[in-house]
Amino acid sequence: MELAQDQLGTQVKAQVKNFSFFYGSNKAIKDVDLEVLDCKVTSMIGPSGCGKTTLLRCFNRMHDLYPGTRYEGEILLESQNLLSLDPIEVRMRIGMVFQKPNPFPKSIFENIAYGLRIRGVKDKGVINERVERALRDAAIWDEVKDRLKDMAFNLSGGQQQRLCIARALATDPEILLFDEPTSALDPIATASIEELVIGLKGKVTILIVTHNMQQAVRISDYTAFMYLGELVEFDRTDVIFNNAAQQRTREYVSGQFG
Amino acid sequence: MQGEELDLSAIVKDVQMRKSISVRKFWDTLFSFVALGFLILGLFVLLLLVFQLFVDGREKLASLGFYFSFPAPSAEEAGILSAWVGSIFVIMVTVLFSIPIGVAAGIYLEEYAKTSSSQFVRFLTDFIEINITNLAGVPSIVYGLLGLEIFKETLKLGNSVLTAGMTLGILVLPVIVVTTREALKSVPSALKEGSIAIGASKWQTIWDLILPASIGSILTGVIVSVSRAIGETAPLITVGALTFIAFLPPLPFSPRLEVNVDTGEAFQVGNYGPFDWLFSGYTVMPIQMFDWVGRPSPDFRVNAAAAGVVLVLMTLALNSAAIFLRIYFRKRIKW
Ligand SMILES: Nc1ncnc2c1ncn2[C@@H]1O[C@H](COP(=O)(O)OP(=O)(O)OP(=O)(O)O)[C@@H](O)[C@H]1O
Ligand SMILES: [Mg+2]
Repeated sequence: MELAQDQLGTQVKAQVKNFSFFYGSNKAIKDVDLEVLDCKVTSMIGPSGCGKTTLLRCFNRMHDLYPGTRYEGEILLESQNLLSLDPIEVRMRIGMVFQKPNPFPKSIFENIAYGLRIRGVKDKGVINERVERALRDAAIWDEVKDRLKDMAFNLSGGQQQRLCIARALATDPEILLFDEPTSALDPIATASIEELVIGLKGKVTILIVTHNMQQAVRISDYTAFMYLGELVEFDRTDVIFNNAAQQRTREYVSGQFG
Repeated sequence: MQGEELDLSAIVKDVQMRKSISVRKFWDTLFSFVALGFLILGLFVLLLLVFQLFVDGREKLASLGFYFSFPAPSAEEAGILSAWVGSIFVIMVTVLFSIPIGVAAGIYLEEYAKTSSSQFVRFLTDFIEINITNLAGVPSIVYGLLGLEIFKETLKLGNSVLTAGMTLGILVLPVIVVTTREALKSVPSALKEGSIAIGASKWQTIWDLILPASIGSILTGVIVSVSRAIGETAPLITVGALTFIAFLPPLPFSPRLEVNVDTGEAFQVGNYGPFDWLFSGYTVMPIQMFDWVGRPSPDFRVNAAAAGVVLVLMTLALNSAAIFLRIYFRKRIKW
């Protein structure tokens, strides 16, 4: 998709090129082209079952875990096709936060430190400092600083989700993927996570799937509208919501279907 | 809505309906009592059995000598020393042999083979899965024959603790594989994905997260199957357990004694190696019991009964350990 001129100066972080994805013989993503801009928030919207989650999980090769799946086309991370990189390398560079918070059955501290440990960081000082910074960045430090040794499950749902964000942030990902991170949370927890995502703008590239169109408007710079596995339209968020080129997009954002 | 429409709320208030509710409640109560009755009957018979054993063997159970004497020709002097020590040694081999193999096989099948990208491997996994489940139900004496053929005849390991332990090992192996797989299956996939998503390898995920999360269930399955193995008799008779053993398997590095034929004095001729106990002859609790029950003299029945109580207690101890471990590990894991 062509982007308007005002993006000059912002770099393309990832580029999806003529990309399709298959669950067995079911083509769930159909010939998608998409540019993800560096240090911006891009949201993906569309009716249930249109393939948002599927496309998002292609970015960190999550589908590799399950047999019978197949990618076609390219997803360029800077200039390398991440589909031909080692999936572990890809996941080290691209972090993910899931729909339901999934902390590890470990202490709060160890939840964050784990990503560093598997990268071979042994220095205690470095780990402590990174853990604190990640927790601060995820706006949860004040709530947990006195109970870092507690099990992560003892946190509330919203705190657990911010912990998962901190876990992803601790390893300095180039891109952060969010799959409906607030759908299981109450409005207050949702607001704190939205604030957090807005705060991360300019530091990390964010790709977020959401069902909540107000949320997309509030937090994202760019929006992709998907329908039945295809990318219908991709543009600046304000354009998508106020002045979309495609009839379908206009209908969807005005709540006429979906 | 029409007047003829079925009015459910009125029906509930109806007298007839109230009656029908109390009838249904009656059947509810009746059934729960019948079920409880059968439960108590089952437990009662079992308890009675153990109690009977206890009463029969009470004299022996009360004498310390019974636990620390070797079998002897007279029932008076015969004890279970070689039997309980033998059981412990054999079970140790069983555990050391079957846990690493069984758990590793379970991990491979569940975490690697099942999600393999090769269709053939996945087919093979399904095939193996069916067979392992069936193997768990094969009569134990068949495992005895297998042990006889493999360990005793082919590998020439003789009538040894090693042969017995490994024979029981292959007996419990299918159960360990199955319980390991079930335990791994119960770990939510969200947890695995979370770890994979921050760049952990499959093995790191298994080692750091999946195993700690499922170790309680795995150990429980292992202990329960091992406690079943401790009472197995048939396969050990098949591989040639001895019934009359008046020595213990040599402890590692213990002095090796020999008797001077002329003087009858014992003298040390060196030390046992660390693994000599594996090749020693042995007997185990159930075989000792089996032997005593078969003696014509009724005096030995008392010994058999007392040994039975000890065996039940050994099994009970293992099962309590399983329950304890389960509670201990569950307390730390919440999803
Ligand atoms: N594991 C799977 N195997 C086969 N088909 C799948 C699988 N997961 C999803 N699909 C199919 O792929 C399509 C896209 O699913 P996906 O989960 O990406 O939708 P989504 O846009 O995230 O929907 P939602 O908004 O409800 O989360 C759907 O038609 C779905 O049925
Ligand atoms: Mg989804």
